[in-house]
Amino acid sequence: MIISSRFFNRSELIGFIALAAVLFVILPLSLDVFRLNLVAKYLTYAFVAIGLVLCWGYGGILSLGQGVFFGLGGYCMAMFLKLEASSIENTKIQSTPGIPDFMDWNQVTSLPLFWQPFHSLSLTILAIILVPGLFALIIGTAMFKRRVGGTYFAIITQAVAAILTILIVGQQGYTGGINGMTDLRTLKGWDIRPDHAKVILYFVEVVLLFVCIGIAQFIRLTKLGRILVAMREQEDRVRFSGYSVANFKIFAFCMAAVFAAIGGAMFALNVGFMSPSFVGIVPSIEMVIYTAVGGRMSIFGAVWGAILVNFAKTSLSESFPQLWLFGLGALFIAVVLAFPNGLSGLWADYAQPRIDRLFASRKSKAGWNDSSVADGAPAE
Amino acid sequence: MFGDYSLGDLGSIFVMQGFAGLILFSVYVLMALGLAIIFGQMGVINMAHGEFMILGAYVTWMTSNLFQTYLPSLFSGYFFLAMILAFVASGALGMLVEWVLIRHLYKRPLDTLLATWGLSLMLQQAYRSVFGAREVGVELPQWMLGSLHITDSIEVPINGVFVMCLTVLITVGVAYVMYKSRWGRQVRAVVQNRIMAGAVGINTEKVDRYTFGLGCGIAGVAGSAFTMIGSTGPTSGQLYIVDTFLVVVFGGAASLLGTIASAFSISQTQSTLEFFMSGSMAKVLTLLAVVGILMLRPQGLFALKVRK
Repeated sequence: MIISSRFFNRSELIGFIALAAVLFVILPLSLDVFRLNLVAKYLTYAFVAIGLVLCWGYGGILSLGQGVFFGLGGYCMAMFLKLEASSIENTKIQSTPGIPDFMDWNQVTSLPLFWQPFHSLSLTILAIILVPGLFALIIGTAMFKRRVGGTYFAIITQAVAAILTILIVGQQGYTGGINGMTDLRTLKGWDIRPDHAKVILYFVEVVLLFVCIGIAQFIRLTKLGRILVAMREQEDRVRFSGYSVANFKIFAFCMAAVFAAIGGAMFALNVGFMSPSFVGIVPSIEMVIYTAVGGRMSIFGAVWGAILVNFAKTSLSESFPQLWLFGLGALFIAVVLAFPNGLSGLWADYAQPRIDRLFASRKSKAGWNDSSVADGAPAE
Repeated sequence: MFGDYSLGDLGSIFVMQGFAGLILFSVYVLMALGLAIIFGQMGVINMAHGEFMILGAYVTWMTSNLFQTYLPSLFSGYFFLAMILAFVASGALGMLVEWVLIRHLYKRPLDTLLATWGLSLMLQQAYRSVFGAREVGVELPQWMLGSLHITDSIEVPINGVFVMCLTVLITVGVAYVMYKSRWGRQVRAVVQNRIMAGAVGINTEKVDRYTFGLGCGIAGVAGSAFTMIGSTGPTSGQLYIVDTFLVVVFGGAASLLGTIASAFSISQTQSTLEFFMSGSMAKVLTLLAVVGILMLRPQGLFALKVRK
């Protein structure tokens, strides 16, 4: 197991294989397309949760505005899809053909300038990465260079989420208002609505998710990850050692923003619409709870957290709508009071030692020279 | 934009707009006072503050219904009893919450945020189950309806004036309690140096509990006052929580004066801008301005100079 000591330690390798097996094989084989599409929707939040592991778990920066970046990514994608769905033939009954229907309803007669780049798919993909990234860079630079952190940062990101929601809802003619962008149909002429398209999109998304997991794991293992942890524990000491604390925080925050934006873009593709109800304060805080439930220090935990909480939400709110809010509220409180490291913390504290002991005893019976356990023990 | 109005009309529009701003200011101050105590003095982020407020509003609504059914002759004065009940109910719930939840989290402010958010979700659902999902409005007594005619073109609603007077009274009361009373001195001592305060014989746990209770109680009174100018639903509290936090942070968390000043500037900006553009754009610009200034001055307008 050479790879285990380099990129994943042993327990992470098990986690990786388990996640890959579930997402690539078990779920696609066992679920119908409708349910699989729901899982795809849950997984879009997993992107956000992985970003939060980097920025909150490792960097110690709690952002309550991840909905902003999720929304920016989602809206970029939705704008491209909307333009494609609003071709001249499709919209010939409008008073101005060739522009999205909500613009026509709101007496906007020509396509606004900031919509123009979204005619091109490559520019759209660039925008999905760059717009939220630059936005995060501006916010991060303004805040971290002035050493704003902790609660103040959380409250300000929350205000940013509120601002963006009000803006989107208020500027109906340019953004589709409270209804958002609906009726998205094709991607470069390829219909995204039928079942086989949903399945393909699901696999595209899972691949992207594993790319993001890989990037996050890489960041975690390099010196950068260590500095992030050091910064969270003793910020002043890191600063006095000559590191630019602000730049590391800005980097983590921007990475989290880009991950969230990719999730948002996949959301628009999978679900077929985008609306301000995924941007504001409430969804942003729920995104934090996915990470908290999964474990704020664990990348795989965050993915599981996103899947499990959303699964619970769907199944509970289908059958007991009143119970769901009580359940979610209790989950917030329980995570904070009882298991601050989330599911992965519970796993590491209770299940992991038992499994290790099981393996260790077998191996010692077989007389193996077991060095991988020492490798596998995390340094933290 | 101004062509259609005469100079006198413009004057009255600005006076009335300013007055609308003053009512908004009163609401902000009432909501932010409790939060300024909890967040500014204790460092706890109470995301359930709005729900404590809504509890006060529901208590007021129930009291008014009781008076209407059983004591119609005293209906004109129900409000004063309702306010006291709202304070007691929200304060008691606050102390309970402090004992069950908050006291375990004093070292972890960001976790109080998550935990109290969970609390707020549960309270919202509880309100929905008990009082129903629709919004409820309180029937105002006769003397509170109508408006004062100051000149021919300027008139101000009486309930607004009442809420403003109430705000002034409560603010003065809180300032007195915090800065003049023995108990307020204990609170500030605990905030400045918990260990030392404990060493000189202050029961810091008790002080924490009562401080949190006081903050929540004031939120209840704010909710009670709020019923005078608007209706209440299970999720109304959530609408204001960001605004309220911004008011407190913008003013400088630990400063009462700062809270008042920032509530004043935010509400006046908002109501003046509302005259020129749509309400939502006014709100966006106001929030942007606040966030922008906070980036320049992270500690808020009236930061206390403390050694860190």
